[in-house]
Amino acid sequence: MIKYLPSHEYVRVDGNYGYIGISPYAAKQLGNIVYVDMPEVDDEVEAGEDFGAIESVKAASDLFAPVSGTVVEVNEKLADNPGLVGQDPMENWIIKVEMSNPGDLEKLLTPEQYEELCANEEH
Amino acid sequence: MREGVGVFDVSHMGEVYVEGTDARRFVNHIFTNDVTKIGDGDILYGMMLYPNGGVVDDLLVYRLAENEYFLVINAGNIAKDLAWIQDAAKGYDVQINDLSDYYGELAVQGPEAEKTLSDVLGIDASDLTFYTFKGIEKDDEKMIVSRTGYTGEDGFEVYASHEATRRFWQKLMDAGVQPCGLGCRDTLRFEAGLPLYGDELTAEITPVEAGLSMFCKLDKDEFIGKDVVARQKAEGVDRKSVGLEIEGPAIARHGYDVLDEDGNVIGTVTTGYRSITLNRNLAMALVNIGKSKLGTPVSVRVRRKTFPATVVKKRFYTPNYKK
Repeated sequence: MIKYLPSHEYVRVDGNYGYIGISPYAAKQLGNIVYVDMPEVDDEVEAGEDFGAIESVKAASDLFAPVSGTVVEVNEKLADNPGLVGQDPMENWIIKVEMSNPGDLEKLLTPEQYEELCANEEH
Repeated sequence: MREGVGVFDVSHMGEVYVEGTDARRFVNHIFTNDVTKIGDGDILYGMMLYPNGGVVDDLLVYRLAENEYFLVINAGNIAKDLAWIQDAAKGYDVQINDLSDYYGELAVQGPEAEKTLSDVLGIDASDLTFYTFKGIEKDDEKMIVSRTGYTGEDGFEVYASHEATRRFWQKLMDAGVQPCGLGCRDTLRFEAGLPLYGDELTAEITPVEAGLSMFCKLDKDEFIGKDVVARQKAEGVDRKSVGLEIEGPAIARHGYDVLDEDGNVIGTVTTGYRSITLNRNLAMALVNIGKSKLGTPVSVRVRRKTFPATVVKKRFYTPNYKK
C-alpha cells in the first residue's frame, strides 16, 4: 500500500514499517537535488511534522512525515548521491520508520486522490 | 548566459524622472554617490540613506542633462522610495515623475549581448562603455539603452514602453535567445558579489557594514546619512558583510545563523547558493567584525545541523565588464 500527504511525501507500507520519500511529481518540480537532510536512526518522527529537508539548486523544502514512528533506517546512499531521489524517488525512499500509530494511514491520500491533487496543481 | 547571451524581463523595476533647476543639487542630497562628477550619458550606482545610515534603497542614477536625471529603483521599494524622494524634495525646485508604469525593461546579458542587440533588435550600442547610456529613437519611440546589468557580465538594459518591450521580447524569443528568470538573475548577481536590497541591504544595514562605502562620497558637502557613514568609516563598525564558503552539501540560505567555533551566534546569512558557475557552496553573511577576516573558520547552522565554513572574498566570480 502506498499513501500520500498533500505536501507530496509518500509512505510505502510494509507490515509495521513505512518507507517515506517524495513523489515523482515533487521530484520533478524540485529539479536538480543537491542535498537531503535526514534524521538519525532512533529519532522519533511525528505525523504532519517535518523530519528533514530536501535541497535543490532552487530552494530548500521541508520534508513532512506522513506517519508517526521511530526511524529504523535512513537511506545512506542519498548522503553521497542525493540526485538518486530525482532519478527514481519511489525506489529511493529517504527514511524507514517503525510506525507507532497505524491510524495515521487513514488520514492520508490514496494514489487516486493524490493524482487528482497533482493534476489540479498543474493548472 | 555567462558564455553566450540571455534575456531577463525586468519590467518590474521602478523608474523615476527628476528635473528642475535644483535637480543636480537635489539628487546629490538624497544620493550617496556624487553626480557632479559625471557628464551627460553617464550612470552612477549608489544608495539613498536614512539619516541613521540605514539604506532606503540602492539605485542607478542616469544623467540626461545637468538638471535632468533618471533614477532606476527596486520594484519592491517604489512606493516607499517615491514617498521618501518627494518628502526630501521640499524646498528644492524639482519635478518628480514616477514613470514606473510606463517603462518596461529588458536586460540582455552575456558576452554576446552586443551582437544580439544589434542583430536581433537593430540597436547599435557598441559605442557604449560600461555604466554609460544613450537615448535612441526607434519605431517613433524614445528609448534608453545602457551598458549595465546585474549579472557580472557585459550586457545592456533597454528601457522602452511596454508595447515596444513586448515586441523586443518576441524578437529575441524568435531568434532563440535564452529567456532567464529572476532566480537565475539572483544566482548570477550573487556570484558577482552584488548586493540585493532586502538581503545584503536593508534599513538596518549601513553601506559601511555592507562593504559599499566606496559608493558614498564623503568629500561631498552633504547627503542624507553622511554623518553616520563618515563616523563609521572613521571609528569602524561592529559587523561586516563577508563571503563564506561552506564545506558539505547543505545550502546556507537567507536568515540562517553563522556560529563561531564555540557555537555562539556571530552573524546571519543574507544570501546563499550552490554556485552553478563555480560549483562551490557559497554564502554572503553579515558577521561580527571580529570574525570577518579572510580565512576565519566559522560554521553555519542549517536547520538541525551545523557545517564548517570559511570567510572568503565576497566577489566569488570575477566580472567581465566592458570598460
